[in-house]
Amino acid sequence: MSGFDTVFGVHAAALNFQRQRMEVLASNIANADTPGYQAKDLDFNKLLAQTAENAVKPESTGATNASHIPLAGGINEDMQKAATVYRVSTQPSVDGNTVDVQTEQAAYAESALHYQASLSFIDYRLKSLMTAITGN
Amino acid sequence: MSTFRIFDIAGSALSAQSLRLNTVASNLANADSVSGDASKVYKARMPVFRAEPGTEGTATAGVQVLGVVESQADAQKRYEPGHPLADAQGYVYAPNINTVEEMVNMISASRSYQGSVEVMNTAKDLALRTLNLGK
Repeated sequence: MSGFDTVFGVHAAALNFQRQRMEVLASNIANADTPGYQAKDLDFNKLLAQTAENAVKPESTGATNASHIPLAGGINEDMQKAATVYRVSTQPSVDGNTVDVQTEQAAYAESALHYQASLSFIDYRLKSLMTAITGN
Repeated sequence: MSTFRIFDIAGSALSAQSLRLNTVASNLANADSVSGDASKVYKARMPVFRAEPGTEGTATAGVQVLGVVESQADAQKRYEPGHPLADAQGYVYAPNINTVEEMVNMISASRSYQGSVEVMNTAKDLALRTLNLGK
């Protein structure tokens, strides 16, 4: 059996990404009235490519045996910075602010829904594990 | 890793927008506070917002109120010789407050406040669901 941290599949990482994206979108909504503020978003494809690139190789951590538990590669601050993209504004404003609150709220709702979906997957996995453990 | 950064961000927006609402209330309340001296009359106040310093180049930033500035527009001069506060020439000075502008500001502030409350509510629901995993 592989390490217990793979039990939830991609969903632990997915929760992490959606939480970070929601933080970025919340910043946009918070700064909807800040002059000169430029709306940002996280680009999933960029982050995914980076995660694959930065995946921790077992040999780089000094592992000498195949059964050594590999380190999980998370999303660090540099990767988040590199995956941050600026939104192209649809309606330019005089004060240089590029936040379109409706767009941000839609994106936030979408992100929240993805988060809930991942939560549900983890929840079902936990329930089936509990069934396996308790046997009834 | 800060799980609750979203609350800091939305919270900063709530406090900034409520300060903006306060200045609107103050301006509207003083719209008729006349004075006999143009330099002593109430001036419209407005907050200056900026993204939290130290967050340049990072993806997330709360909002910070840099300060409250007074409008530099001239006071309105009215000829009212019978007014107890009138100066030697019979003029009183009314604040440079544009009521329509203030009402627009009020609506904008309350909408932005509502938006941030929604953000906070959603984040709270998700955090609670995460805490209740497996129950």
